[in-house]
Amino acid sequence: MELKKYTISVYSENNVGLLNRISAIFLKRHINLDSFSSSESEIKDVYRFVIVVKIDINKINNLVKQIEKQVDVIKAFYHTDEETIFQESALYKVKSNSLFEERKIQNIIKQSQANIVTVSPKFFVIELTGFREETEKLYNDLKPLGLLQFVRSGRISVTKEKMGISEILNTFKNNNNKI
Amino acid sequence: MHQKDVLRTNNKMEKEKYNKITIKQISGAEAMIHCLLAEGVDLIYGYPGGAIMPVYDELYKFQKKLNHILTRHEQGAVHAAQGFARTSGKVGVAIATSGPGATNLITGIADALIDSTPIVCITGQVASHLLGTDAFQETDIIGISTPATKWSYQITKANEIPYVMAKAFYIARSGRPGPVLIDITKDAQFESFDFEYKKCLGIRSYNPLPEINTKKIDEAISIINNAKKPLLVWGQGVILGRAEEELKSFIEKTGIPAVWTILGLSALPTSHPLNMGMVGMHGNYGPNLLTNECDVLIAVGMRFDDRVTGDLNTYAKQAKIIHLEIDPSEINKNVKVDVPILGNCKESLGLLIKKIKQNNFSSWINHFKELYEIEYKKVIKGDLFPKKNGLTMGEAIESINKYSKGDAVIVTDVGQHQMVACRYAKFNRSQSNLTSGGLGTMGFALPAAIGAKMGAPDREVVAVIGDGGYQMTIQELGTIFQTQVAVKIVVLNNDFLGMVRQWQQLFFDKRYASTEMTNPDFVTIAKGYHIDAVRVTKRNELDSAVKKMMLSKKPFFLEVCVEKEDNVFPMIPSGASVSDIRLE
Repeated sequence: MELKKYTISVYSENNVGLLNRISAIFLKRHINLDSFSSSESEIKDVYRFVIVVKIDINKINNLVKQIEKQVDVIKAFYHTDEETIFQESALYKVKSNSLFEERKIQNIIKQSQANIVTVSPKFFVIELTGFREETEKLYNDLKPLGLLQFVRSGRISVTKEKMGISEILNTFKNNNNKI
Repeated sequence: MHQKDVLRTNNKMEKEKYNKITIKQISGAEAMIHCLLAEGVDLIYGYPGGAIMPVYDELYKFQKKLNHILTRHEQGAVHAAQGFARTSGKVGVAIATSGPGATNLITGIADALIDSTPIVCITGQVASHLLGTDAFQETDIIGISTPATKWSYQITKANEIPYVMAKAFYIARSGRPGPVLIDITKDAQFESFDFEYKKCLGIRSYNPLPEINTKKIDEAISIINNAKKPLLVWGQGVILGRAEEELKSFIEKTGIPAVWTILGLSALPTSHPLNMGMVGMHGNYGPNLLTNECDVLIAVGMRFDDRVTGDLNTYAKQAKIIHLEIDPSEINKNVKVDVPILGNCKESLGLLIKKIKQNNFSSWINHFKELYEIEYKKVIKGDLFPKKNGLTMGEAIESINKYSKGDAVIVTDVGQHQMVACRYAKFNRSQSNLTSGGLGTMGFALPAAIGAKMGAPDREVVAVIGDGGYQMTIQELGTIFQTQVAVKIVVLNNDFLGMVRQWQQLFFDKRYASTEMTNPDFVTIAKGYHIDAVRVTKRNELDSAVKKMMLSKKPFFLEVCVEKEDNVFPMIPSGASVSDIRLE
């Protein structure tokens, strides 16, 4: 069995219960998700899930077909890292006094090209978007200086190849008008 | 006519037929009834309860147009709906209340999903303002049913009813059919609104009928035309796609021997000279062995279930595989195929027939005949014409054949009797074999037979059941008594959970853990429901009892007490290769 990391992109209707239906496909096969995120896509009312999994290369195709089989799913794809452009976002909450007491911290922020989102008398919040290694490095650098909270988003990604969702929807529209 | 034109014409006709139904200010509950009527439903199965009472109140008013059959358990309702769907070819409908009523449907829903049976289940739900409060009889039936349904939806507003119901029926019956569950809150049933119904003609995110790739058709034709030892294995897709005639023409033109999966049974008459029998764990000797000798395997409307293939690493490795299938997710799922042909097999077989070479494979077919002779001597003869004292399941089926003449619908449960019935029952026409194949649901047969008879009232329906499975849904005798639906019930009683016992004997050193049953007097129970009942314990009583049963115009119960520890052979041990099929 050869495991590989894939990014699964699912275009779907925005229906209650669809998330459950998709996660059930992973549950049934005992597959843990590395990350998951969803939002409205480039098309109004069409949602896009971005799911990252490590999975047997012989199983990914069948898994994605099972997702696509769901009635409310318009189309599902899978891609390797090389075929996508992807990022993750992370937020770091740090005590404000460390900003002034630890000169080091200012250098860390500068070097990592992170943004300061907010500064208050008690804490400040730093944001960094990038690859996992980058957000992890900043985490490791800030940790000894007193990190109050840390959170990282699931991967968001776009593909190098064309998705063609509008074409699918237009074909349906045209066929239906003909009936 | 081209596939799309046919679709378009049909859709156009349907559109005109149901152009639009509009009724001012009716309740959600009444709207549910109008939706069912608009979809051509005149018979549903169910069990009332608090959260679905407004709909039942409307059923009372509409009882002349819409017949409701009260089963004795919700599981009975859903299996009856499945049975109805499978003999009538229409969508079966089951209805239940919230909470336990809904959860009791789950087994049948899971069964319908894995066996591709079109049903719509309607469940009541607590009022929408109570959702999530752990109200009386509240359960998250959408969550629970999600992995077991093709689609599901919770209606919380009356105005959602028309389009959701239209969508439900469309999804259940189109493409690869399956179960749909519609949950409706009690307040949505009471709410009044202006009803407007239009049939669903398509859903943008759902493509039920993939277009046939003619290039693949040509590839398949060239492979088949050059085959020396081709084998066709068909499944239920042939029946669901109503492709029986195309299957017959295809094998007759090409001369290719054909074998079936358990759910494909009856699509081609048993007596057809190219019908070589069943594949799979308890299938016939030749079809299993020769799967690993054919050079081309044409799979039609089947899904390479593990009970069919045995060990995948040694399954038909030598053969080029052509797979005709409507569900894209089945392609390459279990078996890697050389030529996938997506689409309805009625159309794809039709296209293949046009260009395929006429042929015959008499020496290859002789292989099947030789292997049949071996199986006959070792297994079949002893099953059907035993010399020993105890009755066999096989001779009971043979006796039914004698009087059904192959025209009956045979409904089976799960276990030894199921394998024996499917091996030996004779069929002249399609949609005649009903069984729980994929899920293996004990308790399926009795309620499914009720639905089967109502779906095909002019046909004889015989339920063949083991003593274990019979007792899982035995309460449906009450439904049979109340409706007087003339199903014939044959219990093959060996006082054991026979198939499990067989495995214990063969693979667990005869440690019969919890498989022996102390059974009640089944005849007395049937008589308690005022159903004519006969018990047979001796060979010389069998034929006359079966004859009496088949001649009866009423429900009839026949118990056949068979040998306690008989085994079903041939058998491919679990996980073994089809080549390792055992005759003893």
